[in-house]
Amino acid sequence: MTLLGKLNWNAVPFDQPIIMGASGAMVLGIVLVLAWVTLKGYWPYLWREWFTSVDHKRIGVMYVVLAMLMLLRGFADAIMMRSQQAIAAGGAQGYLPPEHFDQIFSAHGTIMIFFMAMPFIVGLMNFVVPLQLGIRDVAFPTLNSVSLWLTATGILLTNISLVVGEFAKTGWVAYPPLSELQFSPGVGVDYYLWSLQIAGVGTLLAGINFVTTILKMRAPGMSYMRMPVFCWTALASNLLIVAAFPVLTATFAMLLLDRYLGFHFFTVAAGGNAMMYVNLFWVWGHPEVYILVLPPFGIFSEVIATFSGKSLFGYRSMVGATMAICVLSFLVWLHHFFTMGASADVNGFFGVMSMIIAVPTGVKIFNWLFTMYGGRVRYSVPVLWALGFMITFAIGGMTGILLAVPPADFVLHNSVFLIAHFHNTIIGAVVFGLMAGYNYWFPKAFGFRLDERWGKASFWCWLIGFYVAFMPLYALGLMGMTRRMQHYSDLSWQPWLIVAAVGSFIILVGIACQAMQLIVSIRHREQLRDVTGDPWDARTLEWSTASPPPAWNFAVLPHVSGIDAFWSAKELAHARHDGPARSRQYRPIEMPRNTPTGFVTAFFAVIAGFALVWHIWWMVILGAGGAFATMIAFAFREHDEEEIPAQTVAEFDNVHRVEVVL
Amino acid sequence: MSGAVVALNGVPQARVATSEAGPAAKRIVVTYGFWIFLLSDIVMFSALFAGYAVLVNATAGGPTGAQLFNQGSVAYETACLLMSSYTCGLMSMAIGAHKRFATYFFAGVTFLLGAAFLTLEIREFIAMIDNGAGPQRSAFLSAFFALVGCHGLHVTAGLAWLMVMMAQVRVTGFSAVVERRLLCFSLFWHALDIIWVGLFTVVYLMGVSQ
Amino acid sequence: MTSLANDRAPGDTEMYAEERSSGSYGAFIYTVGLFLAVILTATSFWVTNTALLWPPGIPLGLAVLAIAQMGIHLVFFLHITTGPDNTNNVLALAFGVLIVAVVLIGSLWIISDLNANMMPSISMPNMQM
Repeated sequence: MTLLGKLNWNAVPFDQPIIMGASGAMVLGIVLVLAWVTLKGYWPYLWREWFTSVDHKRIGVMYVVLAMLMLLRGFADAIMMRSQQAIAAGGAQGYLPPEHFDQIFSAHGTIMIFFMAMPFIVGLMNFVVPLQLGIRDVAFPTLNSVSLWLTATGILLTNISLVVGEFAKTGWVAYPPLSELQFSPGVGVDYYLWSLQIAGVGTLLAGINFVTTILKMRAPGMSYMRMPVFCWTALASNLLIVAAFPVLTATFAMLLLDRYLGFHFFTVAAGGNAMMYVNLFWVWGHPEVYILVLPPFGIFSEVIATFSGKSLFGYRSMVGATMAICVLSFLVWLHHFFTMGASADVNGFFGVMSMIIAVPTGVKIFNWLFTMYGGRVRYSVPVLWALGFMITFAIGGMTGILLAVPPADFVLHNSVFLIAHFHNTIIGAVVFGLMAGYNYWFPKAFGFRLDERWGKASFWCWLIGFYVAFMPLYALGLMGMTRRMQHYSDLSWQPWLIVAAVGSFIILVGIACQAMQLIVSIRHREQLRDVTGDPWDARTLEWSTASPPPAWNFAVLPHVSGIDAFWSAKELAHARHDGPARSRQYRPIEMPRNTPTGFVTAFFAVIAGFALVWHIWWMVILGAGGAFATMIAFAFREHDEEEIPAQTVAEFDNVHRVEVVL
Repeated sequence: MSGAVVALNGVPQARVATSEAGPAAKRIVVTYGFWIFLLSDIVMFSALFAGYAVLVNATAGGPTGAQLFNQGSVAYETACLLMSSYTCGLMSMAIGAHKRFATYFFAGVTFLLGAAFLTLEIREFIAMIDNGAGPQRSAFLSAFFALVGCHGLHVTAGLAWLMVMMAQVRVTGFSAVVERRLLCFSLFWHALDIIWVGLFTVVYLMGVSQ
Repeated sequence: MTSLANDRAPGDTEMYAEERSSGSYGAFIYTVGLFLAVILTATSFWVTNTALLWPPGIPLGLAVLAIAQMGIHLVFFLHITTGPDNTNNVLALAFGVLIVAVVLIGSLWIISDLNANMMPSISMPNMQM
């Protein structure tokens, strides 16, 4: 037993130039950023104000930053796949050997779902939900920080796998027997499993945090039916997180036991049952896509209502549809493996359930349309994303209904038709929703709006690029092309794949436009400054605070008496010709103290995770012990809150004068 | 909607529905959050249970549950854990009444009973492994060791937690924070006994009665 | 922050802050719970080891006893009641039970169906898949 387990210099893929180039670029980028921060002397500020922060707004921003960085990494994988498939026709082998191509499509799925979409959504929920509920922070602020940093641990481990070792070659779902030790003896699957187990703990804790916050901590007067719809979708999504992620933890634990201790859950030998993995994985996997899609539905509800100048049509049916989707999403999972061989009864039941779940989604789409009907719609960037979503997601949903028919699925399962379907729904709903939310809430977070022109350019590039990239895949799927092909012999597929590759480059332009949008907006932030706190003339409570809000959110917790509390307060103030907010009684406010607990725990988790991958057992004990010690240190912390003097609160309020009295 | 006389910032208000009364007290928020965590933990156990149920007959020519399980040992383990739940309840009462000595006493008894449970279980595992019935023998045994072992790990974590909590009581006394954490501990400990009820019924008793 | 008579922390007894001194009532509740749990446990062992219950019905009988005992724990040890102060706690529990039921029943149904259709068995050598 060597000191470094399985780790040695062979772990770095010196013989693979593309990987070395990518690794080099990544490491160089990281080093440059770290150097710049050091030279500018930002470390004390970053540590004090961001890394140890337990403020939900700061944590939300950090989540979104992580997500956007991982969007670049995951999208780079996408461009590589599309370009490889565009050229590897007939006898051509393209530029990516199979062992590399396999890692790319596995990393693409893993990164986009776990490290792009999930953090983006959790980040937006983090920033917005407490503000919309009219409270000061989530139920467990330190736990919130732990969740963020454990997600970062998973991200770091996955990115380390690019430089040291390899990633899984099994696809993002890692089915056994391929993912068992016998057929994947390398460290790739271990990197996959440990990254996701650790990040999964973070996600589960966030789920618990938000369920508790939404159910037990709302502003006075805010009964359930007066909550903004985004908070309802956040509640449904977090209930799903709490219900589904433990199943993933158990499933991965079983696979890890197989790989590390020679257990036989899913092995070919000794009675293992690989089908059980597929079953349990998708018990998690289907609710996961609803975890991803429900908050964007909530974002669209907010955006459409605000920019139509009307309250959301059918609030009660929206809430009902959301909770119906929440429950139904747990009853459809077998449609991911219709072809595994279950009988017609089983396949039929789940096929019917999969079709039923489209009904509440349809209700939502009608509600959005009826909200816009009769309103004065302002075509801002968020609304463009919303309109693009409605068309794109509807198409994706319809192909989903088609796939829900088991006989049809027998033809189309694991073809690129499936790829097109789920990208249609995920990009159309999740990505478009996140972009809408990003544009919508950016001014609240940073005090200035994002540039409209670059925003619109990025939308059109994404929209057009999406259709050009994925519509050919529907045709190809019907023509028989399987997914995940490193090369193919049927030359008639190539034109379609070239078109798809062009589409991916159009999306790349769209992403570049978003980068430009950010740069230009920062440059011109004074012109784009939001001084009122309410740049969109919006309806919900987060817009009643300054942009950005103070650490304590509200000087006095708002008292709510109806839906769209902020809108009613504005109308009332208007009718009464109110002047600036009258002077009010300011009290000192107790806020939770910053703590390095989250960051330090995650640091030890990186050590433990890396050591587990490479079988460096003494290092595992070090990492686990360090995390445990951090917990104990936190448990014995003397002061967990600090008081913000009434004077500070009053000064901020007087300077900003934006809170409408509620 | 039922309501209550609510004190808002110390001033009694008219009857307000619970859902409109504003953020709940910390004791309720913390324990509700822990309750949700427990439910997620139970879902995780249900996935392991499902794995066990599916693999219970996959003995790969090796020993079955009926051949391996010793009902006497299981009965003692059950008695220990059930009694420890009882003494944990008595400990909760001592904490509520801020009685230090009673708290330490019942915590100690709970700890010893939990440790006895673990000792019996570890002995059982070692005996099985020595007889060639370890988790690498068959899928059934893998599922058994994972399910029962996971519960055992939770008990171990609970014992560690109890020790830390007693240290906290020693250092900081019965502060609000410590009381909340002890309430969470007793939720955890009772939940572990509930899971054990499922375990000994499905794994041991149903296994033996085949 | 408010303290309400209509919202209770899970696991908390109603004695919180009002009746901390009435220890004998609390001890009585726990003792009754222990007693009932012991009876149910003993019955489970008895059912397994005697021919009291019709053999094919033993698993069902054991399941019923287990569920009853879980209920005893919830009521007597965890103080989960159906009162309005416990609504949130009961709803959360119900949600958890629903998910557990879906995972268990769903997985068992699916896998037994798949095993029947897909796994080669000794008794049906012709059904090699």
